Parts: sequence; C-alpha cells; structure tokens
Amino acid sequence: MKIRVHVSLKNGVLDPQGRAIHHALEGLGFQGVNDVRAGRLIEMDVADTTTDAALDEMCRKLLANQVIENFRIEKVA
Amino acid sequence: MAFTAAVITFPGSNCDRDMAVAIEQITGGTVHRVWHGDAELPSGLDFIALPGGFSYGDYLRSGAMAARSPVMQAVVAAANRGVTVLGVCNGFQVLTEAGLLPGALMRNAGIRFVCRDVPLVVENNQSLFTARYTAGQNITIPVAHHDGNYFADAETLDRLEGEGRIAFRYAEPVNGSQRDIAGVLNDAGNVLGMMPHPERMIEPAQGGSDGRALFESVLAGLGVAA
Repeated sequence: MKIRVHVSLKNGVLDPQGRAIHHALEGLGFQGVNDVRAGRLIEMDVADTTTDAALDEMCRKLLANQVIENFRIEKVA
Repeated sequence: MAFTAAVITFPGSNCDRDMAVAIEQITGGTVHRVWHGDAELPSGLDFIALPGGFSYGDYLRSGAMAARSPVMQAVVAAANRGVTVLGVCNGFQVLTEAGLLPGALMRNAGIRFVCRDVPLVVENNQSLFTARYTAGQNITIPVAHHDGNYFADAETLDRLEGEGRIAFRYAEPVNGSQRDIAGVLNDAGNVLGMMPHPERMIEPAQGGSDGRALFESVLAGLGVAA
C-alpha cells in the first residue's frame, strides 16, 4: 500500500523557508503570489495489513512534530 | 564519590569532545563517552550532556532521529529519576524532540546559519545550572546554529515565564526565538536545554570564560566531591 504523509506547519507558526521562497519567486518576476508555506511530503510503501491506527502513530511518534506541525495521511493505492 | 558524567555521541555530533574536556577540566570528575547505540548508561551518573552537532545530518528535523535512538530511552529514564541533564545546541533540539523539554527549535527567522558570540542575560540564577551566576547578569557565549528559533504556544511560554523556567535570554535578536529565549528548564529543574555553547567559553584563551560558572553551578549544586 502506498501512503503519502503531508506534513505542514501549523497556522500561526512563522515559516522562514516559505518566506524566503516567496521572496525568490517575486525576485524572478512572478506576480500575485500572496503567501508561501513550505512543508514536507513523505512517501511510504507499507504492508496492506497496516492499520490506520499504526499509520497515525507513525506520524505522531516520528514523522511530524505536533508542537509546530500538522499531518495528513493520504492512501494513494 | 567523584563526580561522574557521560557525554553522548550521536553520528554527526561534533562538540562532544569539547563538552567532555570542559566537564573534566572544571569538575575534575570522570567523563564516560557513550555511543548513541548503547541501550544502557554507565552506572552512578551525576550528569549527562548531549552535545552540539548535526546528529543524523539533521534528517527529518534537527534532533528528531537522535531523540529516537536507543541511548535516549535510557537518558529519558535517567532524567525522570532526577539525573541532571544538559543539552547544548543540537542537544537542546534532541531534548525537545524527546519530550523532556517543551517547545521546538525551528529554522532561524533570518534563514541564515548564525555563528558568533552573543550577549545573554541570566534570567534565573536559582537553578541547579545557574546558581553561580547573578540574576540579570550579562554574559557572552557563542552560538553556532541554523535551527535555534525557539517556538512554543503563548500558553506554554507564559507558564515557562511564570515558573522561572527561562534560564537564559538573548540580549539582542539572534534567531527569531519567541521572547528571545536561549535556554529553558524542565519543571523539575534537572534538565536544561540551551542553544549557546558554554563549553566553548571556559578559559580566556577561548575568548572568555563565561560558560564556566554553569559547570561550577552543577558541581556545587549536586554536592559531589570533585
């Protein structure tokens, strides 16, 4: 089973990387970019028997730091 | 019994030797060097130090992989038993990732790696780590980090302030840290995490010795013969 875990910064947490990317896009002449937030995508191939609870635990214990990050689990196939 | 300490080395640690030398020179005690894969710590430890560096190449998040390594389970258990634990720089990141300290250390607000001497204020001189400083004392200690931007929610920050758990604050903006926090204590007061490197300021040849009092405080506070 293919899994994608989307990790993003919580609202209200300053994102210096997103801000730098935003500046760089403007520097390249792109107009109308209102905001940029940088996150992380983790792709995993797991056994079909892996439970939702186990996936959730993987995110809580390691893949995301819930002090600053949210995560979303997507089953691709 | 002589002062007994352990310095943990993770793959990518690079301040472990400096930390061991500082502890040895100031306390006159025995310093065990412990590898991250060791599941057990030496017995009879008074003090555990997690050094600076770039453990596991800062993969995933700074300190995240190290916090899940075998030795850290032993460090967490020791900290919960009351053993004194100091985390400097990457060691601070590891302590937050391991849940021994609140908050998280994010990318510096200015994006750049910051490597320079910084002025600090000793906020709390009542702790095991800071008793040899005076309250409000201005000291100079170097930093060298990319992810030193301390973040915690407002409620947590208010609690830390109220409980006197902010040990050190930057005297000028350094990395975007909330409320200029440079070092925090756990609620029991036996765990300190800080981004500045006290082990790099222990004698005048290093440009200053403002870091010395931290180790002297621990030695005196634990009441162990040097």
